[in-house]
Amino acid sequence: MGLEVHAHLLTNSKLFCGCSTKFGAEPNSHTCPTCMGLPGALPVLNRKVVDFAIKLGLALHCDINRRSIFARKNYFYPDLPKGYQISQYEEPICENGYLDVFMGDTKKRIRVKRVHMEEDAGKLVHESTIETSSYSMVDYNRSSVPLLEIVSEPDIRTPEEAILYLKILRDVLIYLEICDGNMEEGSFRCDANVSVRRKGEAILGTRAELKNLNSFRSIERSLDYEITRQIELIKKGGEVVQETRLFNVDEGITYSMRGKEEAHDYRYFPEPDLLPLVVDDGWIADVRKTLPELPIEKMERFMNEYGLPKYDVEILSSDKGLAGYFEETVKIFPEPKTVSNWIMTELLRELKDGNVSPKDSPLSPAHLAELLALIKDGTISIKIGKEIFPELCKSGASPKRLVADKGLVQISDETAITSIVEAVIARSPKEVAEFKAGKEKLLGFFVGQVMKEMKGKANPKLLNELLLKRLKD
Amino acid sequence: MKITKDVVEHVAHLGRLELDPDEVELYTVQVDSILEYMDQLNLLDTEGIEPMSHPMPVVCVLRDDVAKDSFSVDASTQNAPEKKGSFFKVPPIIEID
Repeated sequence: MGLEVHAHLLTNSKLFCGCSTKFGAEPNSHTCPTCMGLPGALPVLNRKVVDFAIKLGLALHCDINRRSIFARKNYFYPDLPKGYQISQYEEPICENGYLDVFMGDTKKRIRVKRVHMEEDAGKLVHESTIETSSYSMVDYNRSSVPLLEIVSEPDIRTPEEAILYLKILRDVLIYLEICDGNMEEGSFRCDANVSVRRKGEAILGTRAELKNLNSFRSIERSLDYEITRQIELIKKGGEVVQETRLFNVDEGITYSMRGKEEAHDYRYFPEPDLLPLVVDDGWIADVRKTLPELPIEKMERFMNEYGLPKYDVEILSSDKGLAGYFEETVKIFPEPKTVSNWIMTELLRELKDGNVSPKDSPLSPAHLAELLALIKDGTISIKIGKEIFPELCKSGASPKRLVADKGLVQISDETAITSIVEAVIARSPKEVAEFKAGKEKLLGFFVGQVMKEMKGKANPKLLNELLLKRLKD
Repeated sequence: MKITKDVVEHVAHLGRLELDPDEVELYTVQVDSILEYMDQLNLLDTEGIEPMSHPMPVVCVLRDDVAKDSFSVDASTQNAPEKKGSFFKVPPIIEID
């Protein structure tokens, strides 16, 4: 399999004109003569798109071509107002890179053939489904929104590998802050070229191109389906034809999609309205300075520097803000695994519930560290810590203050606990007898009773000791 | 002949041109003679010469990423043969087996 990813870029304006790229506006309200392809309108290239292309090219270890040209890809379709798409064909801006992905514990290298700049098409909207509608409605707001197309070599062998590659690539785009990675809004789209070969054969068979893959789940399902379809076809003596197939999410099946246009006769030629793009070393060096640490580098560093397991590292590095949050907390409370556990369970749950990103978390890394320190020095129990966590996440209050205000400080006073222990034992003769007869799991019952009386504030370790000592007398 | 009727029909289809049979005959001959004329270029020795995609020795100019006002929806859709709300309305195009 080879994958083609189209990533919408986080620019303010379109690729060749000043229209806004904002998603969700009134249809055709972000259009002008250039992006509607009206006669006489000329394209002027957006510098930021070139910055982003170089940035991604560097992150994917590509050669950055000092000179690249734009080309016209000609085809008729109602979402393409000019009758051609301005893309890059023979001399793209980036070539020959790679992306490493973790397959289990081993690293696998997927080669990236090219990264090029191109414009998006408009959007066709149908009132029923695309198959049954008697007409299409066209919105050109998306027309000429800048895209980077990232084309992999056919190095991907299984649907699982495809998903790993796509997830890492998406993380990279988000880390670089050049694409929001939103699949539902179409900011990150994937087409797949699928071909099979008999065991032992070196050359891959004819490929079919799959489109309409808009979630990781549907990508995996459609790849599974298509691989099986091709293998069955060949087993029955059939031949795979080169064609575009559309995945139907409801049926889980790929269909041949035949436009009225003969496919793949795009008659590419150099775009006469745009001159060759020249990028000098200084420009590339400037962009290189803005490169952040990339997800896979971060994963490896977190494993080495903090001794965290791969599972933790994958979660923490999946979001740049979350990774930063973790590191800031560890700086103050240097127990990486404890911090990681609290982030992965408590913090992520609260952030998800509140739909807040890690960098906007009301509970700051300093406050999380403060909370963990309160638990560590025995001021509060883990249980209390977990109980006040949602409130800390909502209010952004200092854990120390909240604990003091609410009187949650753990009680480690032996006399105080003992008096409650005595009271509970005195009123539970039946349970005491059963415990003494060997039903030791009743210890939990006593702990619960005491904790209830003490509003959860008893030092659990001390309480256990006192209870056991008393019960075994 | 450098070109056949099939090619003319194919190219006409790609350009969404409807040609009647007489026109196909006529254009086949005409396009063929144009291509033969252009063939004279092949007499030149182009060994070691860079392909030229653009005739002028200048490079691309760039603009800053600043969003500007677009046309109004009314202005943008005023030439539409058919409209539906703010949308252009067009015939469907996909055929599925």
